[in-house]
Amino acid sequence: MWSYEKRLQFPVNIKEPNAKLAQVIISQFGGPDGELSASMRYLSQRYSMPYREVAGLLTDIGTEELAHMEMISAIVHQLTRDLSMEEIEKSGFATYYVDHTVGVWPTAAAGIPFNACEFQVKGDPVTDLTEDLAAEQKARATYENILRLIREPDVCEPIKFLRAREIVHFQRFGEALRITQDKLDNRNFYAFNPAFDRCEDCGCDK
Amino acid sequence: MRERDQLLRDIGMADFVLTELALYLDTHPHDRRALEYFNHYNRIKNQMEKEFSQKYFPLNLRLTDCGKEWRWGEAPLPWEGECA
Repeated sequence: MWSYEKRLQFPVNIKEPNAKLAQVIISQFGGPDGELSASMRYLSQRYSMPYREVAGLLTDIGTEELAHMEMISAIVHQLTRDLSMEEIEKSGFATYYVDHTVGVWPTAAAGIPFNACEFQVKGDPVTDLTEDLAAEQKARATYENILRLIREPDVCEPIKFLRAREIVHFQRFGEALRITQDKLDNRNFYAFNPAFDRCEDCGCDK
Repeated sequence: MRERDQLLRDIGMADFVLTELALYLDTHPHDRRALEYFNHYNRIKNQMEKEFSQKYFPLNLRLTDCGKEWRWGEAPLPWEGECA
């Protein structure tokens, strides 16, 4: 279960609306490497993770990703809440506005709606953790792409915070993969799937 | 900065330390120094949250000591921002 805290993980206080920025930043809500995808990936993968400490890490990082999703949504909300019709028409925001007004809906920047195929649950610990490592790097690269597009300090600061978190999560997932491999057969990590195969006489801890 | 915002910011900082330490301890459960840090900042954060809740509004339902009034709903929503 979860409980809610009425505060953001890092403050978001944006002074000026800016529909152009909102249109690219929304990708980190509903895009392929966004925070919705990140939280659902880790929170879904943990059930088939046979090692308790790794499943615990997936839970804690997945929970932090929910807080990141809220930060991104807050940025998009604050960038769009006081838009004039003129700004909506000029900035190219009309194609979003026509379906969602200035509500916050999970989509990639190019208009592709969020779907569960943005992430995978393979039910194989080495596979899932390797995806998680790549996901953190892809999100970092996306934040760097966003930072090249913006100058406004009140938008940059929370984005820089989120970028730094991707690097920490990558580090932790690297340790989780090592913990997982330490429990497997070091002559062949792929000899069996510890989340599925029954293991007798293969020399592993399970 | 208003006192309320300063206290909220301090809670955020203490909580960030806890988040960071929790992830670290997930993969380094035997690091006693990290554990001591965690316990230390956890006490500080709990104290600050309690103070904030008494002075301003409850940050979570656990801290909502209502008495005769339902105080959870008076809290501003976090996505509103200070510039709202």
